[in-house]
Amino acid sequence: MKWLIDLFSSTLGRKVLMALTGLFLILFLAVHLAGNLQLLKHDGGRAFNVYAEFMSTNPLIQVISKGNFFFILLHAGVSLGLTIRNRNARGGVGYAVISGKSSIWSSRNMGILGTVILVFIVIHLKDFWAQMHWGGIETVMYDGKEYRDLSKLVAYWFHVGWYVALYCFCMIAIGFHLWHGFISAFQTLGLNHPKYNPLIHFVGKAFAIVVPALFAWIPLAMYFNI
Amino acid sequence: MKITLKVWRQKSKDAKGEFKTYQHDHVSSDMSFLEMMDVLNTQLIKKGEEPIHFDHDCREGICGMCSMYINGQPHGPLQTTTCQLHMRTFKDGETITVEPWRAQAFPVIKDLVVDRSAFDRIQQAGGYVSVNTGGVPDANVIPIPKKIADEAFDAAACIGCGACVAACKNASAMLFVSAKVSQFALLPQGHAERKERVEKMVEQMDSEGFGSCTNTRACEAECPKAISVANIARMNREYFSAMVSSYEVKVGGGE
Repeated sequence: MKWLIDLFSSTLGRKVLMALTGLFLILFLAVHLAGNLQLLKHDGGRAFNVYAEFMSTNPLIQVISKGNFFFILLHAGVSLGLTIRNRNARGGVGYAVISGKSSIWSSRNMGILGTVILVFIVIHLKDFWAQMHWGGIETVMYDGKEYRDLSKLVAYWFHVGWYVALYCFCMIAIGFHLWHGFISAFQTLGLNHPKYNPLIHFVGKAFAIVVPALFAWIPLAMYFNI
Repeated sequence: MKITLKVWRQKSKDAKGEFKTYQHDHVSSDMSFLEMMDVLNTQLIKKGEEPIHFDHDCREGICGMCSMYINGQPHGPLQTTTCQLHMRTFKDGETITVEPWRAQAFPVIKDLVVDRSAFDRIQQAGGYVSVNTGGVPDANVIPIPKKIADEAFDAAACIGCGACVAACKNASAMLFVSAKVSQFALLPQGHAERKERVEKMVEQMDSEGFGSCTNTRACEAECPKAISVANIARMNREYFSAMVSSYEVKVGGGE
């Protein structure tokens, strides 16, 4: 099995881990968004609460959720190792002048953007996920069955001005992270072909704009009561 | 033209370097960047000072020796080699900062001269085809589609100057190595050693201390030979398929 260790300790193999975990997290974002959009229904949060109950109790979802946490940590951990290697690769003395004309900003700042996102994930988990699982969350009854009222908790936070601002700022960070990350993942996996490149670029850029924008729209809509 | 030059001066590999500023009042806009440096060096020699050391050879953009990082870009503001860069690209009175390539794997030897033998070692690790003895085969025996031949030729246009490493924020050598892997991987002649080649070259690249590729594409934008990052994707494919499917034949004693 030495070849497997060699593969995943090489810079190319470690980048594959980044690409695969990144693509999984992209899928996760899409599913998460689909769930969140139910908050926009004017049904007192019922659809969202039923959905949240399902997501926090279904055994299959629980397994995927554990995988998701693992992939987030793996994505962050591998990137940290690569970033340290990349810093050292420049050598002791850096450049005095860097023009920055030859690459886009987001591609050069994935580490900073990723750190912002990681901090956001921690805050996000503390305020919602942890409350759902261990917090003293209020419950509601639908058709004689008890549900935890997550939509009420969301509504509370999404009426706090600074929280909405922070949320939107982090969505912008995710947008920039995706702007480079989505397309970059395909390149890393070797999926670069003139027939499919336009599609990958279009979907990647559209995803990077539309998904964070819709995520950010939810707190804005709730804050301004639209 | 009058220009001010800020040049990195470093006596030897282990000495501490620093920028020195030179006022250059006799610059013609028709001069190449290296000719401008020649004139400056002549003035320095006349004054009894140590001339600025820099790499150069063919001065026609095909050898890959010249290697200056000018105003924050390898080979300066144009997508060309430093020898093909002319002073008309700059403004009269401009301050131009000249630095050596910066990479752990490319240590500075003196002033603007860096040691790029790491590239040679990567090439020696697998960037070749073994040609066995026998009669000379006819050149047209093996059919190669024109598009594939062109693509291999485009990859082979890499002159190994190291601008990709210099341009990359991670000092990654991926564009160079992928060009060398691609030029063989695309052609039938390179297929025999295809898997072994990419495994060995990547291993050598990593052990030289180059950074990893984050797909910023700065290398492609700065490469004087316009080598495409499509080669990097090809090397990724070559490497993964080699790593999961190659096998080493163990030579036994005929037991």
